[in-house]
Amino acid sequence: MTRLRLADGTAPVLVVLVVLLVALAFAGPAYSEPSGYLALLKRAAPLVVLAVGQYFVVVSGGFDLSVGSLVTAEVVIAARLVDGDDADTAWVVALLLGFGLLVGLVNGLVTTKLLVPSFIVTLGMLLVLDGAVFLWTGGAPRGALSPSFRVAGRGGADVPLLGQVPWSVVVLLVVVGAAVWFMRGPTGRLLVAVGDNEKAVHLAGGRVDRLRLLAFVLSALLATVAAILLAGFAGVSAQVGQGLEFRAITAVVLGGVLLGGGRGSVVAAAAGAVTLEALFSLLNLLGVSGALESAVQGVIIIAAVAYAARGTALRHLLPHRKTTVDST
Amino acid sequence: MSAVGVAAGRLPARHRAVAFTPVVVVYLALAALLVVGSVLVALDGGVLLDHGGVLNILTRSTVLGLVAIGQTLVIVTGSLDLSVAYLAGLCSLIAAETMAGSTAMVVPGVLAALAVAAVVGLVNGLVITVLKANAFIATLGVALVLRGYLEHSYTGPAGSVPRAFQHLGYDRIGPVPVSALLMLALAAAAWWYLRRTRTGYHMYAVGGDVDVARLSGVRTGRTIVTAHVVCAVMAGLAGVFLASRLGSGAPYVGTDAGYDLESIAAVVLGGTALAGGRGGVAGTIGGVLILATLDTIFDDLGVNSFFKDVVRGVVLVVAVALYARRRHTGRSS
Amino acid sequence: MTDVVRLEGIGKAFLGVPVLRGVDLALRGGEVHALVGENGAGKSTLLKVLAGVHRPDTGRVVVRGEEVSFAAPRDAQAAGIAIIHQELTLLEHRTVAENVFLGREPVRRGQVDRRAMEAETRRLLGSLGEDGIDPGTEVARLSVARKQVVEIVKALSADATVLAMDEPTAALADGEVELLYRLVRRLRDRGIAILYVSHRMREVFDLSTRITVLKDGAFVTSAPTAELTTEQVVRHMVGRPLDTLYPERATAPGEVRLALRGAGNDRVRDLTFEVRSGEVVGVAGLQGSGRSALLRAIWGVEPFTTGTLELDGTPARVTGPRTAVRKGIGYVTEDRKGEGLALRQSVRDNTLLVRRATSRGARARRETDLRELLASVAVVARGPHQEVRYLSGGNQQKVVLARWLAVRPRVLLVDEPTRGVDVGAKQALYRLLRDLAADGLAILLVSSELPELIGLSDRVLVLREGTLAGELPAGADEETVMGLATGHLVGEPA
Repeated sequence: MTRLRLADGTAPVLVVLVVLLVALAFAGPAYSEPSGYLALLKRAAPLVVLAVGQYFVVVSGGFDLSVGSLVTAEVVIAARLVDGDDADTAWVVALLLGFGLLVGLVNGLVTTKLLVPSFIVTLGMLLVLDGAVFLWTGGAPRGALSPSFRVAGRGGADVPLLGQVPWSVVVLLVVVGAAVWFMRGPTGRLLVAVGDNEKAVHLAGGRVDRLRLLAFVLSALLATVAAILLAGFAGVSAQVGQGLEFRAITAVVLGGVLLGGGRGSVVAAAAGAVTLEALFSLLNLLGVSGALESAVQGVIIIAAVAYAARGTALRHLLPHRKTTVDST
Repeated sequence: MSAVGVAAGRLPARHRAVAFTPVVVVYLALAALLVVGSVLVALDGGVLLDHGGVLNILTRSTVLGLVAIGQTLVIVTGSLDLSVAYLAGLCSLIAAETMAGSTAMVVPGVLAALAVAAVVGLVNGLVITVLKANAFIATLGVALVLRGYLEHSYTGPAGSVPRAFQHLGYDRIGPVPVSALLMLALAAAAWWYLRRTRTGYHMYAVGGDVDVARLSGVRTGRTIVTAHVVCAVMAGLAGVFLASRLGSGAPYVGTDAGYDLESIAAVVLGGTALAGGRGGVAGTIGGVLILATLDTIFDDLGVNSFFKDVVRGVVLVVAVALYARRRHTGRSS
Repeated sequence: MTDVVRLEGIGKAFLGVPVLRGVDLALRGGEVHALVGENGAGKSTLLKVLAGVHRPDTGRVVVRGEEVSFAAPRDAQAAGIAIIHQELTLLEHRTVAENVFLGREPVRRGQVDRRAMEAETRRLLGSLGEDGIDPGTEVARLSVARKQVVEIVKALSADATVLAMDEPTAALADGEVELLYRLVRRLRDRGIAILYVSHRMREVFDLSTRITVLKDGAFVTSAPTAELTTEQVVRHMVGRPLDTLYPERATAPGEVRLALRGAGNDRVRDLTFEVRSGEVVGVAGLQGSGRSALLRAIWGVEPFTTGTLELDGTPARVTGPRTAVRKGIGYVTEDRKGEGLALRQSVRDNTLLVRRATSRGARARRETDLRELLASVAVVARGPHQEVRYLSGGNQQKVVLARWLAVRPRVLLVDEPTRGVDVGAKQALYRLLRDLAADGLAILLVSSELPELIGLSDRVLVLREGTLAGELPAGADEETVMGLATGHLVGEPA
């Protein structure tokens, strides 16, 4: 019973990932040594962190469309408040986490207490955050990040054999490790059960509302972490988070996580994010125009879901549940 | 003895005729908004519903209305279309490039744009029904493909429409734009289609419960594909109309206005359930008018345009919360 | 008399697993043909072949002498075959008429002719003596029995000459079953061929003129009902005699675990009774009498508003499932798939669900006793990682019981434990419940199957219109129970 089991739907994304990594080694000389892959992981780190957060919400039966705008908002706030001063880094990071917590709480409370589908709640939150950020900045972000703020996104620690390991890779590993530990624990298992059948969890004495709230809070907090990484890595812009919510959902779906909840592993969701980033790197190496990136993303997302649906069609004689846009 | 179980069925059936259906609520909210807005604007020293105000509200409603009408059909069918914004941009380009300033090419231009739209809708529908992909993912995927194509092939506006075609965008009867009347006529047609034709009935059935519909002999796949094709054609019309107003095609004209999520917001604001099977076009138009009126009021008051997004988000969530509450209390009573 | 439909040598396999092996079945007009068999015997699959949902791998479907091949349900409809599926297939938010004509709406000048649709629906309802249902009513507003009527009207409106019903009484209350019987007989007299699938032997013998038995996907026997006895049919179904279906009763009940003193809410009133350790106490009553409401009140979903509830002699306030679990109460819901199990989750996750949901820290993480728990209820599964939706109804119910054993309750509330469970597995569940009681649990059991309730309980409480109408000792007969439940001392059991 203790042997390692791959959760349903994990295997395909891992296969795709390995194929891509091998292809990368052939396509680019940078990938003949560990540093190339570390650089890949560094680029992927923000998306992986976002995908892990999105996973919590999706697996419990919801959507979080607000993470992209939240990332933008956090970056813009950070730049304005830090304004290049190292002394301000610590409290601003604390404030950003507090802001993320607040956004997650609002998303979760409106979803659970006011019974609004999470698709709509987080869409509303997206509009509010986008509007508020622009209202506050007047369109162009002001201020600048301090060097210490940017360490997480661009700095690294020297490790023998591997060379410099970026801090963002360390963050990535810590986040994924913690998420795996969490999902193996009782609360994590309950979260998946909520996505599958929330009535059953309620009747078993579980606090469904709290669990779903927790998912939204975790998603927003991880979006904050992603924002800090991204700010360090890419710098300040008002477009930094644009489209990230869909990219995170793509990653999660690519990892075989069922939209509507109740199935999928967090490792696969994280692997989905790395796969997406590896694919973009490969396309880049092969000289495919960056503009076509989203087209490729579109094709694979459809392929991934169609593949997953074909798998369930084989088990078609068993009672199946309908997948609607939102299970609430 | 059967009376024990049957008693619950004896609720007065006529009662619901006078009840506050979502459609009634939407239009009451619109009326209230117009009154409150008029007062606010008057306090600011202006007039909300003067010639320019009415024109403003209706013009804003036209494009969103076109997209939202189509979106209503797919949402009623239990689906969703996230590709409409990019599609509107693409169709504006196709129309403008085909016309290339020549009056003779107006009809071919419009037809080409709508044909492309129909094909995209067909792809959406087939990916959902044949590949059995979740509608959210399927249309998001198609949207990304369209975006990739637009980013790859265009850097800015392209093509031009002849002056004659620009009449579509700017002609009006009194304060009422002709295009708004066309949009309302299409809304009426869509209402009739949903409420009176077999396909419309089947859309409600598929959205209500796809398995029940299939077991009852409804061709569910065909119904879903039809809804997506109609929705895409409406988005295509929106693109054509945008080209007529702008004078050329613009790749991001749909996404800059956020027609994908905005149209879903209008539909949901109009009382259509996101899960499908309930709601309709009448409510959607109410939702569109509310969003357009809000914008106009803010413009008249000189409020920062980004504040509109904030209010819009709040209005959307509050409206859906109210519907959810009503449905909830309605069920337990 | 000629056969309206003949199924000849029907075979069907899913992923290489044969579900039907050469089944023959002939239906005649004006006949109620009962199809019986254990779960997994292939009844529903056979029905779905007839309905055009599944295509048979081998064999022929012959309708009125012509071989047919159905590609979709609509083809079967066109051939005059209508199916009433186990779950109701109505759209809650559409009207009665819209549901009845779904997929076959009459069209006049390009639009649906609603007037004709409603008039025809009214006529059909009237012909069944059900003119109390307005064709313009939203289906969500109808009772379950009336929905069933609409379902039947929907089937008939397609000019069906063959009507197949899959467990039509599963969703009905006892009192509503009579209504269905009346309809079935009326349809039979009109010359319609009826295929009636049911688990309930009494229905089968009350209604049918012929019985066909399936076992493991194969045809066992077919004979006129008059020539068969219940025992013979059950033996054919399970392949062995079930002489001791119910386990022996407890010897001596222990101390009082659960006591109600004048307890009530808006569904039940003024209830006073005790349940002791080691006892199985049955609760009988018609649907709507407050049977399930009583369990849900004890369990805190809709708590009592008056009177007191005592656990082990001390008054307790139970405000919801969470407090109920913490106070040592367990609850097995009647809707196993809807509110009992998380179907996509593993046996392990479902078994540990309550413990994880209601305890903290190391207790919530405890999994070492998983195998022991599963063994104590004798679940048959490929392993703890198997998803519960792949288990049979009986094994699913055992997982639900194991989940409660994991938190060691003192009182177990059990609502319809054998619904959708086949005869062989029922026996195992009876044994299990009895063993749990012997281990000191106090069990309060609700069941609409009177033989089961009487056979398993040490005492039977009878509810009528939310109040306690009486209490009967072990071994009471069905008529006495029904007499109390209906308020008529002697009445035809419904």
